[in-house]
Amino acid sequence: MKISVSATVNGTRQTFEVEPRTSLADVLREELRLTATHLGCEHGVCGACTVLIDGEPARSCIALAASIDGASVTTLEGLADDPTMATIKASFHDQHGLQCGFCTPGMLISSWDLLKRKPGIEGRDIRVAMSGNLCRCTGYQGIVRSIEHAAHALQAQSEPAGANPTASKQPHKEEAGS
Amino acid sequence: MKPAAFTYHRAATVDEAVAMLADMSVMSRPLAGGQSLVPMLNLRLAPVDRLIDLSRIAALKEIGEEKDRIRYGALTTHAAFEDRRVPDASNGLMPYVGAQIAYRAVRTRGTIGGALALADPAADWLTTVIALEADILIAGPAGRRTVAAADFAVGPYMTALQDGEIVEAVAVPRRSASERWGHEKAARKTGEYAESMAIALIDAARATARLVLGAADGAPIVLARTAAEVAAGRTDDSLSPVIDAELAACGRDFSPAKRRMHATVVLRAVRKAVLASGQRA
Repeated sequence: MKISVSATVNGTRQTFEVEPRTSLADVLREELRLTATHLGCEHGVCGACTVLIDGEPARSCIALAASIDGASVTTLEGLADDPTMATIKASFHDQHGLQCGFCTPGMLISSWDLLKRKPGIEGRDIRVAMSGNLCRCTGYQGIVRSIEHAAHALQAQSEPAGANPTASKQPHKEEAGS
Repeated sequence: MKPAAFTYHRAATVDEAVAMLADMSVMSRPLAGGQSLVPMLNLRLAPVDRLIDLSRIAALKEIGEEKDRIRYGALTTHAAFEDRRVPDASNGLMPYVGAQIAYRAVRTRGTIGGALALADPAADWLTTVIALEADILIAGPAGRRTVAAADFAVGPYMTALQDGEIVEAVAVPRRSASERWGHEKAARKTGEYAESMAIALIDAARATARLVLGAADGAPIVLARTAAEVAAGRTDDSLSPVIDAELAACGRDFSPAKRRMHATVVLRAVRKAVLASGQRA
């Protein structure tokens, strides 16, 4: 018996009929043909299927489509024009953050969320935070380097245009002295 | 990796969910965050005819700040503890535990009530709420009742929950401000289930201590005799034989290697609590 589910996917309201056992991942890929979301293990271990549900990362292979009724889902396709994601993608490209690319959509979504929550993160903390996304090609070195690179690039972008460190520090010194 | 067919019902209230779960004519299971149940459905390890989705029940998301305790609705997510979006009265232990369960994409959906009801012996909250002397608030066909966390866990994946009952909330007492905690977990991989875990609570000002070992092939074990020694100030290497003796007498059939791992994890948890006491006393 199919049930009707209504959710916002990448900004567009969608209604679909699904069997209760259908995962969100299968709806995204099979019904909506949003194939950036990859299915690796299908039991919540590998992280390749990570999407955003109501803005927070979640594994679409262990989210039942029925349970996301009324929610907002964002896949990698939905972040195509997102400037933060553009920076992360460029970093993965520059720093060899992928080889076969199968895990990459999940890596990108997890990185996007991580850098939003912890902009200055580096080194071991990145490894811990990304430990829920498995990659069988790269040995992770390139991925960690990519995220560090993206973190620096995003922090540089967030500084006001034309500002230089000396000029921006100067007023603080005067405030402290006065 | 696809579940077998089942029907799906979204409960609007606790009473509605309990009524559906109490109907024994079909095999029903409650669904909270689904971070353990759905993988088990995908692997076809958990048979179910009818899934009762609790995730829209507003009453299960309520937080109640009471004078002596904080009441966390069963659907409070691990991420809510991690992000400190809910109040804390455990001197930071609950936020710490919430932040190291599995991975962020699991913590955003996994819930404390779901984790407790599943009672995986190696999972984090069960050991934590027993250490904190919390109460489990249960709703069922016969009404509501409260069970102490230490009595809630009966064995591996076995709890005091009866047919038709669900965890409604967890009530955690406000711990003494002078209490310090130590948490130790042995796991092969970051975010993986523990092979051993222990939590030590030491309140030097009041000369009290509490010690719980988890991932011990069954319900977490309250190490009362060792805790009494810790409370009396014995926290150096001479504590090891006390831990060994209590583990040997606890009735679990640990392999020698596993017993040594548990003893080491317990001692490390105590040392961390001692260190925290020294740094912040």
